[in-house]
Amino acid sequence: MQAVQITRNGRPAIPNSPTNFSSKFVGGAELRAVVIDALQVNVGKLCNQACKHCHVDASPKRTEIMSRETIDACLKVLQKYKIPTLDITGGAPEMIPDFRYFVTEAEKTGAKIIVRHNLTVMFEENQTDLPEFFAENKAEVVCSLPYFLQTQTDAQRGAGVFDKSIEALKRLNAVGYGIDEKLVLNLVYNPVGAFLPPAQTAIEADFRRELKTRYDVSFNNLFTITNMPIARYLDWLRRSKNEESYMRKLVNAFNPATIEGLMCRNLISVDWLGNLFDCDFNQMLELSIDKNLPQTIFDFDLEKLENRQITTANHCFGCTAGSGSSCGGAVAA
Amino acid sequence: MHYYNEEDLGRFGDIAKYKPELFEKFLAWYQACQEEGALSKREKALIGLAVAVTVQCPYCIEAFTNSSLENGSNMEQMTEAMHLASAIRGGASLIHGIQSHNAHDKVSM
Repeated sequence: MQAVQITRNGRPAIPNSPTNFSSKFVGGAELRAVVIDALQVNVGKLCNQACKHCHVDASPKRTEIMSRETIDACLKVLQKYKIPTLDITGGAPEMIPDFRYFVTEAEKTGAKIIVRHNLTVMFEENQTDLPEFFAENKAEVVCSLPYFLQTQTDAQRGAGVFDKSIEALKRLNAVGYGIDEKLVLNLVYNPVGAFLPPAQTAIEADFRRELKTRYDVSFNNLFTITNMPIARYLDWLRRSKNEESYMRKLVNAFNPATIEGLMCRNLISVDWLGNLFDCDFNQMLELSIDKNLPQTIFDFDLEKLENRQITTANHCFGCTAGSGSSCGGAVAA
Repeated sequence: MHYYNEEDLGRFGDIAKYKPELFEKFLAWYQACQEEGALSKREKALIGLAVAVTVQCPYCIEAFTNSSLENGSNMEQMTEAMHLASAIRGGASLIHGIQSHNAHDKVSM
């Protein structure tokens, strides 16, 4: 655990908490990585949306995007270490100029490719063939859809997003996503407000029933993700005077059974400049990886990075509450 | 001093102060009732919300609103549950009007 003094709009960038996350690891216990089976690459903060809960602060105004040189370094690491999964996120990763190069070259390495796709980017210029492109490269698509109704979805992601999202899902279904077993279409639920997600299996069943009957949309799995109390979501918590109660809720719901499955234990996160982090959230807070370890994708060393101690702070309660939260959804029953 | 303080919801456990064994029994019962069973947790949270509105307990209303949201319900569903509870409550009043009819009929020609 490192001392954290970073600020956001003149206030702490990590919320106050009634209990320090480090207190959950007593008697010499620490949070450590194990085997790294995913390289999660955040290719930039540029996005066609500006969602209220976004931990990246992504928006159409952002200019940070990954260069070809950094993408090539990621590809080299994938190839050299045979890391099983490449998880591409943003922003809207499809909006960077070298996105398709990254995916097609990564596909040649044999890695499983996951693209975190916001659905509406499909309606941007030169992006209408994304379903076909994803299918050609057998990319697993993970799509944000916070709820199966318009009101909640638009409240979080912007006016008109729900209708476009449903249309995009239909287009993905049309090329086989969510239907053909080789084309995996997963959805992400996250709460539209200051509360915890439902049990993943229960809300998945609701989504499956409602999306099918209302819109004839199919998908494979639904992942529940807890909103992380940082960045734009933290701004909202503060504006709505929910910061204290939300942190209390996260702390009270701390579940030790989530620790084993925390995503930071199995991945390395890369930012648009090539810097390495323990997870995408730490990346946004600029909480660096252990300073004694390789710091960038250019000096990546798998052996040194495995079993590393994870940098934690109080925002980590967001991944350990209730059934836990990761990029693959709940991590405990 | 207010009769209802928001912070008091978090102090519910203080009720154990003078009779801990009774509160323990209550808490075990209260929590067990909300577990998944023949009814889902979502259904139980909606029942809890409907009852909370009916008994007009501000603490329960807040707790079961959150519980309903955290079990995947939306405001449309929650509002239907609240309407049903309120309609039953209204109906319970209105059915007593028959007693008025009866009383009227008894003394009337």
